[in-house]
Amino acid sequence: MTALVTPFRESLESLDRLRAEAIFQEALLRLSPIAAVEQVVVPALEQMGKAWEDGSVALSQVYMGGRFCEELVERVLPPSDPDRKHQPRSAIVLLNDYHALGKRIVYSVMRASGFELFDYGRMDVDELVERAIADRIRVLLISVLMLPSALRVREVCDKLKARDAGIMVAVGGAPFLFDATLWREVGADAMGCSASDAVAIVEAWMKEMA
Amino acid sequence: MNSLERVLTTLGHKEPDRVPLFLLANMHGAKELGLSLRDYYSSAENVIEGEMRVLNRFGSDCAYPFYYASLEIEAWGGDTIFSADGPPLCGAPVIRSAEDIDSLRPPEVESSPGLRRVLQTIAGLKERLSGQVPIIAVAISPFSLPVMQMGFDRYLELIHEQPDRFLKLMRANEEFTVAWANAQLAAGATAICYFDPLSSSTNIPRELYLGTGQQVAKRTLARIKGPTATHMASGRCLPILGDIADTGTAVVGVSILEDLAQLKATAAGRVSLLGNLNGIEMRRWTAADAELAVKRAIAAAGQGGGFILSDNHGEIPYQVPDETLLAIREAVDHWGRYPLEWVKDWTDPGPG
Repeated sequence: MTALVTPFRESLESLDRLRAEAIFQEALLRLSPIAAVEQVVVPALEQMGKAWEDGSVALSQVYMGGRFCEELVERVLPPSDPDRKHQPRSAIVLLNDYHALGKRIVYSVMRASGFELFDYGRMDVDELVERAIADRIRVLLISVLMLPSALRVREVCDKLKARDAGIMVAVGGAPFLFDATLWREVGADAMGCSASDAVAIVEAWMKEMA
Repeated sequence: MNSLERVLTTLGHKEPDRVPLFLLANMHGAKELGLSLRDYYSSAENVIEGEMRVLNRFGSDCAYPFYYASLEIEAWGGDTIFSADGPPLCGAPVIRSAEDIDSLRPPEVESSPGLRRVLQTIAGLKERLSGQVPIIAVAISPFSLPVMQMGFDRYLELIHEQPDRFLKLMRANEEFTVAWANAQLAAGATAICYFDPLSSSTNIPRELYLGTGQQVAKRTLARIKGPTATHMASGRCLPILGDIADTGTAVVGVSILEDLAQLKATAAGRVSLLGNLNGIEMRRWTAADAELAVKRAIAAAGQGGGFILSDNHGEIPYQVPDETLLAIREAVDHWGRYPLEWVKDWTDPGPG
């Protein structure tokens, strides 16, 4: 299936939905839906994420490609499908910020990779802490764009720790890209440079928690 | 040389007495006056006084009467969300559905109290600065404005899926941006900083830029009656630097994510560069960190002029301590004097 990954990625980057659809259907002839997702969609999105990090792919391509993959995967793996990854219980949130695109992209890429997760939309610190604990979340993905919002992650992490919530926190967004030490400073457990990093982080934690 | 002479010399791709420094610490004016950001930006008198104090204290080579990006959205009927420690942000989108674009009309500059305050600020600064310090005003590009008007995700979908409506939106926005930029020039601004982060290679591929953001910039900049600088607000631009130069802009604001020496070589005298200190890291810089960052930037891009040292976003975060801004100022005074003899023997110590 590795031969399909590059053409699939290229079709996403050029927004050629018909070609992407045809390649995905070709994969489905030989693989189960979850295997096609894991062996074609996830590696292609991962390659796009790396390409965005090094500047060779733009955010618009990552967004449009991720959104298309989400639709594609939704069709073959609906939310009720037993092959969907419902564990660890995960949620994504835009913290104290009003710039939703980053969260939207990560949410699409996570769902296109077979994960089901809560989308909390935009929340402030206290609302987020209460909701995550009430929902028995194990993995919390926090997206921000503005520096003051990134600095508020510290309050989230401190409050979760004080409540012994056992929630792993991964952060992403521009401030963390411009200051590589910031995620540790605010007490997060991991930082993703791209949407596909979020998938890798959750998969690694999933194994640790198993 | 005074600041204006220094800046004009470097924009002519010649070496002035020292590297010009644009310390775009507009929110620090509120700190100087002991006001909240909301109160500070509620009156032109506050901003004139705050900007003058920032200028006098930190010695920037420009005045920067920029309030916040959402001010333009207020003119379109939107609102602004203020916070205690960061730039005010725009509230709910003013374009709630793509169909709204069909009846969209650009607002009159004079009908917006917020825009009028900026014009009063520029006029007040002009009176106080006696033409010795350039006044750099800001206009958001018509191409980037819809990120705030309708939300980033829906705007990307519009560009890709509804090209006719996209063009309608650009027509309305171009009228507004041209009027707004020219009103600021008429009030006394020396130049317009044309913020166009969506055009950055971080956000869209070059092919899309050539068919969208570049065309909009060419049409818009041609109608702005003064010099312009195009700012990518931390986004990458190396793959399109020549294309940006083709829009007629004089300066490009560049990112720390790209190699400044490579950008300077690519600019090749066609445009000057503005940048590229890391404003996010600046928050925790020591004086030694500030000095090293200044030396790196000057070594990479200072030779031959065509370079203004600044942060890479066009706005220094509120959290950056005054001591850091002073350390940057001192480092430029020390290492930015032309000719830059020290550069040829200097070796970057590298990280850590």
